[in-house]
Amino acid sequence: MNKTATPVTAEKWDMVIEPRGHLLDIRLKELWRYRDLLLLMVRRDFVSFYKQTIFGPIWFFVQPVFTTLIYLFVFNTLAGIKTDGAPAPLFYLAGITMWNYFSECLLKTSTVFRDNAGVFGKVYFPRLIMPLSIVLSNLLKLAVQLLLFFGALAFYHFFKGGGFSINAHALLLPLLLLQLALLGLGAGMIISALTTRYRDLAFLVSFGVQLLMYATTVVYPLSAAPAKYKWLIAANPLTPIIETFRYGFLGSGVFTWQPLLLSGMVTCLVALAGVLVFNKVEKDFIDTV
Amino acid sequence: MSSIAIKVEELSKAYQLGQIGTGTVSRDIERWWARLRGKDDPFLKIGEQNDRTTAGKSGVVWSLKDISFDIQQGEAVGIIGRNGAGKSTLLKILSRVTAPTTGTVKTRGRVASLLEVGTGFHPELTGRENIFLNGAILGMRKKEISKKLDEIIDFSGVERYIDTPVKRYSSGMYVRLAFAVAAHLDAEILIVDEVLAVGDAEFQKKCLGKMGEVSKGSGRTILFVSHNMAAIKALCNHALVLDKGGILANSDSSTGIRMYLNSGVDSDQKILQDAIQDNSDEYMVWKQVEVQQQHVAATELDNNKPFDVVITYELKTAVRGFRLFADIADDQQLSIAKTFFDEAQDTGTNLEAGTYRTVLQFPADLLIEGQYSITLFAGIHGIRLIRPVSGIPITISMVEMGLYKRRRFEEDFRGKLTLPLSWSTQLVGAAKQF
Repeated sequence: MNKTATPVTAEKWDMVIEPRGHLLDIRLKELWRYRDLLLLMVRRDFVSFYKQTIFGPIWFFVQPVFTTLIYLFVFNTLAGIKTDGAPAPLFYLAGITMWNYFSECLLKTSTVFRDNAGVFGKVYFPRLIMPLSIVLSNLLKLAVQLLLFFGALAFYHFFKGGGFSINAHALLLPLLLLQLALLGLGAGMIISALTTRYRDLAFLVSFGVQLLMYATTVVYPLSAAPAKYKWLIAANPLTPIIETFRYGFLGSGVFTWQPLLLSGMVTCLVALAGVLVFNKVEKDFIDTV
Repeated sequence: MSSIAIKVEELSKAYQLGQIGTGTVSRDIERWWARLRGKDDPFLKIGEQNDRTTAGKSGVVWSLKDISFDIQQGEAVGIIGRNGAGKSTLLKILSRVTAPTTGTVKTRGRVASLLEVGTGFHPELTGRENIFLNGAILGMRKKEISKKLDEIIDFSGVERYIDTPVKRYSSGMYVRLAFAVAAHLDAEILIVDEVLAVGDAEFQKKCLGKMGEVSKGSGRTILFVSHNMAAIKALCNHALVLDKGGILANSDSSTGIRMYLNSGVDSDQKILQDAIQDNSDEYMVWKQVEVQQQHVAATELDNNKPFDVVITYELKTAVRGFRLFADIADDQQLSIAKTFFDEAQDTGTNLEAGTYRTVLQFPADLLIEGQYSITLFAGIHGIRLIRPVSGIPITISMVEMGLYKRRRFEEDFRGKLTLPLSWSTQLVGAAKQF
């Protein structure tokens, strides 16, 4: 086109729509402008969950309680897996609470384009808002479930004579949650981007997450892992997160910084890759979804 | 001097036809490989004009092709065109729902687009909660919404139900609430698809009024897509006519509308000529189809005079159960009536070989002002239709000359037809003396 004319006019435009943006064009400023939407979406998810129920947010307790009971029966009573000295119910509840947060973030983020195709096809807002709102509303749910966990800790402390020891590593909790959120978000966004055109991967995800749980120290401690596979389980970036959580609140297992830092680095890479891939796909996924 | 609000430069959008599946993987890899080497996308070269009626050779179709135009600030522009002309694609690109294949769009000022009312409404949330959610989705800040909340509720007229979940709303109330939010958007550029087709007449009028107020009052730029020419004429001072992915006209609204209506006549002619050329049917050949008023061919017709549709055709052999029929539809392609050339019989007519002329007569004062299409079909009863099976369309415009004048476009008061019914009045008793 007429390349000489452009500098002469030097017009200022508020928005330029182009076929393909740069890979790094994430437009954080725009994201910030839509922060109210993010909060309203989180509110919507949370409120609509318990509308027309009598017990409301208490329903968030049901799933971890029952899962704990089942794991207790299957893995502890039947299979006889040791729990590193911590009271078994607390051990499982800790693992389940943390794992659930990750898996829900991952699963819901991975279908974000398909679930929201109706809205995405009619109006523009920074698409990143949707995965972020998933992570945040699950965080609210997690907060409720952590209350349950703390309640269980208090119960054991006062009525069962303890059996666990909270230490300063519990203060790492915010960092652990951030890691879980970023991992779930990043991996979920990568999957969501890959499945807009070809849905094959979507079938793998839900059962892949289940398998991943068994490769993470949710139902057993790292110390109980067979030596042959220990390296694999330890290499899983989720393992140090859950192990650290248990170490901090229950005093079970051992804690070293190195795996946690490595896991943190992997997390950052996954999250970054997720944002970039998502950003690339969001522009015209609606044509193929 | 006014400045440019939207500048569109050589905008194109290609769509891939057919299904996405295993077959498309190799094509994707090929495209990706070409891009990696810095070459042009091999599949975009072979794209063709978007003509719905003919099957394409390649799997790629250009929904928009090299479109360039400017829109001045404060202008209200109507975008018109037939189905598949590229209107929706253009709106989608302008509202950033999808990205163009090539070309750029530059805008000045905040853009709000309304391709649908009530996007993101959650059925479990109350009206009030949904106002906030929907407003935020459309790009409003929470503060702005709070400030306008009373105004929005007032405009919607559903104040009584505002704290009830919207799943309990009637569809009309739902639309009212949704439009009320949209109508209070604070954007310099407003893009509106044909969202007014929903809601009752009273509310539609209110919305049109609000939009008119928006475009004329506050210097906002409006892009408005509609099939309703009267609404375009009333709201817009400028029209952009799209046809098969290109711009047919970019002019003042009345010129644009005329061009659009004439383009319909042109495409009718093409279908007719193709049908006349097509000699392949073993039974029948179309020879000529013409609308005549007072024995002169015309497509703009006085509505207070009768007119005829004259159909000439040749039957190659004797045909049992031959039948001609016409579908009369309004400008929205909504069928008003179907009429058969042998209403009395229900098995068609037996005709000898030869050339025939059939005349379909319309009385005076039947159709009110507006655009109509009469689509002619020929067929053999119970067996098949003669090609083209989608019929031969004739677009006519009725011009108001007679008795039945409508004062304003919103008046659907009279319906579509003015029936030649007669009324009589007699005095049956003398008035009492006071």
